[in-house]
Amino acid sequence: MSLVATTPATERPAFLGKIGAGHILLAAALIFYPAVANDFFLTQIGGYSLIFGMIGLSLMVLAGYGGMVSLAQITVAGIAGYAVAIFGLNNSGVHGFGWPWWIVAPFAMLLAAIVSALIGWVAVRTEGIYTIMITLAIATAAFYFAQQNYTIFNGFPGFNGLRAPEFWGVNWRDPVPFYYLCLGCAALAYAAVLYCSRSTFGLTLQAIRDNPRRMRAIGYHVTAHKVFAWFLSGLIAGLAGVLLIWFNGRVSPGTINVAAAINVLVIAVIGGLKHPIGPFLGAVVVVLMQTFAIDIVGAERFNTLIGLVFLMIVFVSPDGILGLWERLKPHLAQDSLRPGP
Amino acid sequence: MSLLEQPRTSVESTGFTRKQVWGLFWLLLAAVVAWLIFAVWPAWLNAVLISKKAFVSAVMNGLTLAGLYFLVASGFTLVFGLMRNVNLAHGSLYLLGAYIGYEVGARTGYWLLGVAAGFVVLAVVGVLMQVLVFRRLEGDDLRQTLVTIGISIVAADLMLAVWGGQTYQLATPEWLDGAVTLPVITAVRSNGASVFLTYPFYRLVVLAAAVVIGVGLWLMLNRTRVGMMIRAGVDDRAMLSASGVNVHAVFAIVFAVGAGLAGFAGVVGGSALSVAPGEDVRYLLASLVVVIVGGMGSITGAAIGALLIGLAEQIGLVYFPTYGVVLTFVIMVVTLAIRPQGIMGKAR
Amino acid sequence: MRLHRRSLLALALATGLTAPSLALAQDDTIKIGLLATFEGPFTVLGEDGERGAMVAVEEAGGTAGGKKIEIVKGSSDASPDSAVRAARKLVEQDGVKVLVGPLSGDEGIAVKDYAKTKPDVTFINGTSAAQDTTFRDPAENFFRFSTDGAQWMAGLGTYAFNDKGYKNVAVVAEDYSFPYTQVFGFMAEFCKAGGKVPSKSWVPIGNKDFSSVIAALPDDVDAIYVALGGADAVNFLSQYQQAGGSAPLVGGSITVDQTVLTSQGKTRDVLIGTPSAGPTADTNDAPAWKAFVEAYKKQPNAFPSPSLFAHGYYVNMKAAILGLNEVKGDVSDGGANLRAALSKLSFDTPTGKVSLDKNRNAIADIYLTEVVEGPDGNLLNKLVKVVPQVNQTLGIDEAEFKALGAVSRDNPSCP
Repeated sequence: MSLVATTPATERPAFLGKIGAGHILLAAALIFYPAVANDFFLTQIGGYSLIFGMIGLSLMVLAGYGGMVSLAQITVAGIAGYAVAIFGLNNSGVHGFGWPWWIVAPFAMLLAAIVSALIGWVAVRTEGIYTIMITLAIATAAFYFAQQNYTIFNGFPGFNGLRAPEFWGVNWRDPVPFYYLCLGCAALAYAAVLYCSRSTFGLTLQAIRDNPRRMRAIGYHVTAHKVFAWFLSGLIAGLAGVLLIWFNGRVSPGTINVAAAINVLVIAVIGGLKHPIGPFLGAVVVVLMQTFAIDIVGAERFNTLIGLVFLMIVFVSPDGILGLWERLKPHLAQDSLRPGP
Repeated sequence: MSLLEQPRTSVESTGFTRKQVWGLFWLLLAAVVAWLIFAVWPAWLNAVLISKKAFVSAVMNGLTLAGLYFLVASGFTLVFGLMRNVNLAHGSLYLLGAYIGYEVGARTGYWLLGVAAGFVVLAVVGVLMQVLVFRRLEGDDLRQTLVTIGISIVAADLMLAVWGGQTYQLATPEWLDGAVTLPVITAVRSNGASVFLTYPFYRLVVLAAAVVIGVGLWLMLNRTRVGMMIRAGVDDRAMLSASGVNVHAVFAIVFAVGAGLAGFAGVVGGSALSVAPGEDVRYLLASLVVVIVGGMGSITGAAIGALLIGLAEQIGLVYFPTYGVVLTFVIMVVTLAIRPQGIMGKAR
Repeated sequence: MRLHRRSLLALALATGLTAPSLALAQDDTIKIGLLATFEGPFTVLGEDGERGAMVAVEEAGGTAGGKKIEIVKGSSDASPDSAVRAARKLVEQDGVKVLVGPLSGDEGIAVKDYAKTKPDVTFINGTSAAQDTTFRDPAENFFRFSTDGAQWMAGLGTYAFNDKGYKNVAVVAEDYSFPYTQVFGFMAEFCKAGGKVPSKSWVPIGNKDFSSVIAALPDDVDAIYVALGGADAVNFLSQYQQAGGSAPLVGGSITVDQTVLTSQGKTRDVLIGTPSAGPTADTNDAPAWKAFVEAYKKQPNAFPSPSLFAHGYYVNMKAAILGLNEVKGDVSDGGANLRAALSKLSFDTPTGKVSLDKNRNAIADIYLTEVVEGPDGNLLNKLVKVVPQVNQTLGIDEAEFKALGAVSRDNPSCP
């Protein structure tokens, strides 16, 4: 909710005025976060949450507006990551064409979006609940392929030594710049999603979610709209993938395995799928839990903890943390509540 | 629900001749396979396919693996067909069944008791899941699916806590051990003596059990009253309920059978291979691919899908190990592209 | 909406760690990070590694350089990404200046890469045994007092060819870098001695059903070299027994490790008599080894005999403590003195003398073993021969060794 405040003027000032208070406060909090946080909290918690929030956001676009729950979002992000490794520089001695970052990054995003659209095209051929199974199967296939293929993906070890770019005299992997980089990208993605959801396309997509048959009868091309939603969500996941790979400095099949795929879904569902801020909230909660579980409950039972939280959320509040909030403050809800898929 | 209501008349009008063409194709394929299995191979064929022993073993292993996949996937597909519930915790049921079978078998010394326990305990677990979880979320497909993901995360972790990361092997009784000689000549020695293929007896038993259970399921669905209700429920749940049938009882029975079969498969599969953390995801994925290929909600589809996937996996492992794992997914994507509802699935 | 920000901050505060926690480290304690696989499929191995590390800590009375040792655990799931993430947390959040770990091969390479970005932290390997962790593009602050997967195979190829009389050997191994390294170590000697390897089967990790692979093995080989680990090894062995396999086996180091030897099932018939090589031997009679085994057995849930993961973590943790003793636990100079001390360190382990080469990789004794049935029915690796002081290039001239190229599916080859 905050992030829109950083790029608001280009859109609708009236809109800013309507729900602006919360956004501005959160934006201020996020902008001044580096003043109170140490490096670890800036990148490992802040940056990482923003990145996974973006991947969750790409799922939220599909699930919340399109009614299509995908488990392949980490795969799409991974495609962008691998593209950065292959076309940029790595020190694994395989590929590494050394294209400059300002070509590699947009190219990787575009590639991810195209792959996402292809996955979407396969998935939307079947009815709703199939999507979750098909995307899970596709995600696993991609994982296995990356692990077995040495000519493109360098197999099991993947690629090492990927560096974030340095320009304007700033090394963008340093904690503070990297945090602001992630924040900027996340704000952009967030604003774009909010804008899109109110655009003609967004409204059509939501109408298709609610009644595809009627929309088809009226004359809309249902499949095309859905596939385009996959393309847009792929752009966001791809952007997050590029950041993730700069953050980790490496990419390997482990980045895109089944556990990672489910992790994204957990993040999005815990946060809430009704509003674009949900995945970011979910990411913060999950990342904090992931990082500090070993100090609190021991790493061994971490998955039980997160699984139970996930179950509780699904049972108690289908709209995630966001839903809890909106239940507490019903008068604020009208703005973002929408009937479920 | 339906994204696919373009008229499918083209298929229907040419359906009959197409059926004939396919029949011919399958007949031909069966003849080729029979020849491959029983004939003594010429040298060039041995050179191409490594050796007859390798090829026939791969086919046999593919069949037994298919049997195992079928056992797991049939429960999955039944539950989906009736309740529109994608149970992503199905793999956890398999693994739990295997562990329970191991514990009971090791403590009592009777492997068969372990098999029975695997089925019964998991059937009970299945009913509990249906009553405590899914009935509460009825009509909300997505939430049901999400819940199963949560259950599988927690279950995997708790099983790791109880049984640790070790690999367990279930001790099968003596009479199931050892290898049998099959009437398949793999090679002819220079002195004219024939070398016959030997194959683990236990695996043949697994295959036979899968076939028996498959036939049993088919009979149950097509020849009994409960089966009739289940089929009616698959076609139209609301109408079944309206005609006075206790839908919840039917749901519970299906869930019990589905989960029980997964537990049974866990014990049987754990004896053929081994039991270790991670098997849950493996068998979940196998079931997913099998039912996507075969068609959701169809037992026959599950059998066909299991056959395709099992064979592809084993033959792939021998002839192109590097991408063998990916092959099954290629089959899936091709199926989806040509026939999105699966081979035996009904277009909705 | 403010609640969101507040709840976010509350979450951060609840964990009590917004401020750098370096301040928590008192002057009289020294933090050592222990990075191992405490989650995922390798949990058993990681826990045994921890036991080994704790033996070293207890042996030192829980102190190093006069300071109390505080072990901070980091957990990975054996994927390189999670290893780096755990290492980052230990270094950047918990503020450790000495880190012992990780456990598996590609984790090691990833952590080495990370080590380059933290020059004032000292990284000491756990049991990760990939060649390139130290051999190609090494990090100045990454030390490995354990040996790599190719070193572990020293002596085995020659032994198989000369003493066992195997001329043709088929290879079955998992399809990733650690088995590549082991096969490399075995074949380097075996091919040099005149042996032939007509077929290599690379099996994807986590494959359960090996029976088709077994059936496809050539009939005319004298033995099968197996480099599989954990569940994969158990599956292969029991299916090999089921299929009535008759060719004898030659084992990779983790194929005949205690984690496999103690597994329930029918693997023992095919395992007995299998030669292998590795950094440890269960029936080693040296007093130092026996003392280590006794100390190890006092650890909770210990195996009958320490696995090589316990051994590796023990040796590396011991090196860390010895190094810290020399600098009196003082790492305030960014650890430069500690690293200088470690580079020169040479000490006696339960398995003989260990010293480092110029790439900071161990030169140590390797044990040639054979699986036998122990007195109480458990399987053990019986010591056959000690190969003294094996270096990373297996005694070959470094330039020549480098020319052999990086390990891969196809390198080396002698069909």
